[in-house]
Amino acid sequence: MTAYDPHADAPLARLVGATRRFGELTALDDVTLDVRAGELIGLLGPNGAGKSTLLSLVQGRRRPTAGTVELFGGSPGDAVRRVRLGSTPQETALPDTLRVGEVVDLVAAHYPDRVPTGDLADEFGFAELLRRQCGALSGGQKRRIAVALAFVGRPRLVLLDEPTTGLDVDARHVLWAAIRRHHAAGATVVVTSHYLEEIEALAERVIVIDHGRVLADDTLTAVRDRVMSAVVELTSPEPARVVSLPHIVRDERVGEGAAAAGRVRLTVDDADAFVRELVMSGAPFERLTVRGASLEEAFLALTVSERSAS
Amino acid sequence: MSTTATRPSDAPRASTVSPLPLFVMHLRMLVIETLRVPIAVIGTMAFPALSLLFFVVPNRAVADDPVLATQAVLGLAVFAVMVSALFNLGLTVAENREKPWDPYLRSLPLPAAVRISAQVSSTAVFSFLALVPVLVVGALATAAQVSAIGLLSGLVVLAVTSIPFLLLGAAIGYAFSSKAAIAVIQVGMFGFAFGGGLFFPPQFFPEWLEMLSRFFPSRHARELTLAAVEGTNPELWMLAGAIIWTLGTAALALWLYRRDEGRRYR
Repeated sequence: MTAYDPHADAPLARLVGATRRFGELTALDDVTLDVRAGELIGLLGPNGAGKSTLLSLVQGRRRPTAGTVELFGGSPGDAVRRVRLGSTPQETALPDTLRVGEVVDLVAAHYPDRVPTGDLADEFGFAELLRRQCGALSGGQKRRIAVALAFVGRPRLVLLDEPTTGLDVDARHVLWAAIRRHHAAGATVVVTSHYLEEIEALAERVIVIDHGRVLADDTLTAVRDRVMSAVVELTSPEPARVVSLPHIVRDERVGEGAAAAGRVRLTVDDADAFVRELVMSGAPFERLTVRGASLEEAFLALTVSERSAS
Repeated sequence: MSTTATRPSDAPRASTVSPLPLFVMHLRMLVIETLRVPIAVIGTMAFPALSLLFFVVPNRAVADDPVLATQAVLGLAVFAVMVSALFNLGLTVAENREKPWDPYLRSLPLPAAVRISAQVSSTAVFSFLALVPVLVVGALATAAQVSAIGLLSGLVVLAVTSIPFLLLGAAIGYAFSSKAAIAVIQVGMFGFAFGGGLFFPPQFFPEWLEMLSRFFPSRHARELTLAAVEGTNPELWMLAGAIIWTLGTAALALWLYRRDEGRRYR
């Protein structure tokens, strides 16, 4: 099928030095990346990291302040470039007064080759809602419909912005299965999330973004290893000796007053190796606790190590 | 060949759908949305008819004179369409830009001209409904006179000459937030209404105001509609003015739509 397609190897979307500023704020800072056919990319970052801004540039909704953005080899601002692109609206976006079936038909009318409303509703499990007005739906129902809309035009590239936020576990797994099925059928998918779990369940390639910059762009395994930080807390009469040990990415004093004297919280990139070093060092300590880092802490660790590496 | 959901031919890969069915779909949904919350258009529909009822009908010197009454009804008919166009379109566009549905539509393969003309057309439908109460009050309570052919051609000309107001409404919606849009529309609306001779006939204007008035789109709409109703030949400056305003506001609306990136959501 692609044998005679001269653009078969061209990226579906390409950002080169893309920067987007809103007044003083730089939402996206010199981002360069390619989205190639067949990929399933997780775009991971905390709220406000620049994920949605990145997607809005690819969708042609916003123009970059500097750099270039291409979609299917052309400008995303041209409507014709967006024929093979599918996106999700925010769940709150669906027009309250329109019925679900009407919204599906409205969106489908933009595509030369649409999925019939009934088929789409069956696949994403909202067949019984087609006659309901969008304003009467629950958040989870809206979310499912919003994700389904991304697939109504049989897209080659699908951008899913926080597809499962606010869904319960069952609904989330149903959506994940649908996303995997479409990817297996040939769609290229970009999923944004601030849940590490979601990215782990879906993505093959992971792009970590924070403060508008790409911190990591690698396979899932490689990125997971880098953000597998842990947080260690302990009390020691010689905290300075403890914080000088290897594997520590970040340290801070915790607690207040005499009771908490010598209590430190350490973000470490390898908990096992750190504890071994701690014991070998002979530094006195007590009340040791180790827990997995939250995503925010892991991002912080990644940010810090990026800075010290450069 | 994978077991893809894509059709075997995959022929329509790069083509868009044709604009006309897409326009019809957008128009249909916009009309449905308005009909399900009709209160939004009722105010602009009642206002011009009430103006006629309170300001013209009690003034029997005007209301009983067939020529003056016809001009007064016609002026308020133009006013009705203009207010509805500016208000409903300007506010709807400004409010929609503040909701996340509009940015989503911009991510679809939707040409700017299709979206704008659908918004303009759906508002035009309701703008024309605003005429009905004005014409009913005019027919029942004043000496205004019009032939059947005059009424018909007057409506057609009014429809065409109201296009700049619709495009201007859209432009205001794309340029301002909804709160600022209300202020801009209110000032512009009364400026156009007085300046264009919709409330007082321009033949009673001082000379300088009469000249200035010839640059107002409301004046063009009034004179061209009047010419159609009376079956007289329009003058060149009216036609030229109307065409320039139509092209100018179309270019402005299109430029502002393309420049607009909605409210900032992150």
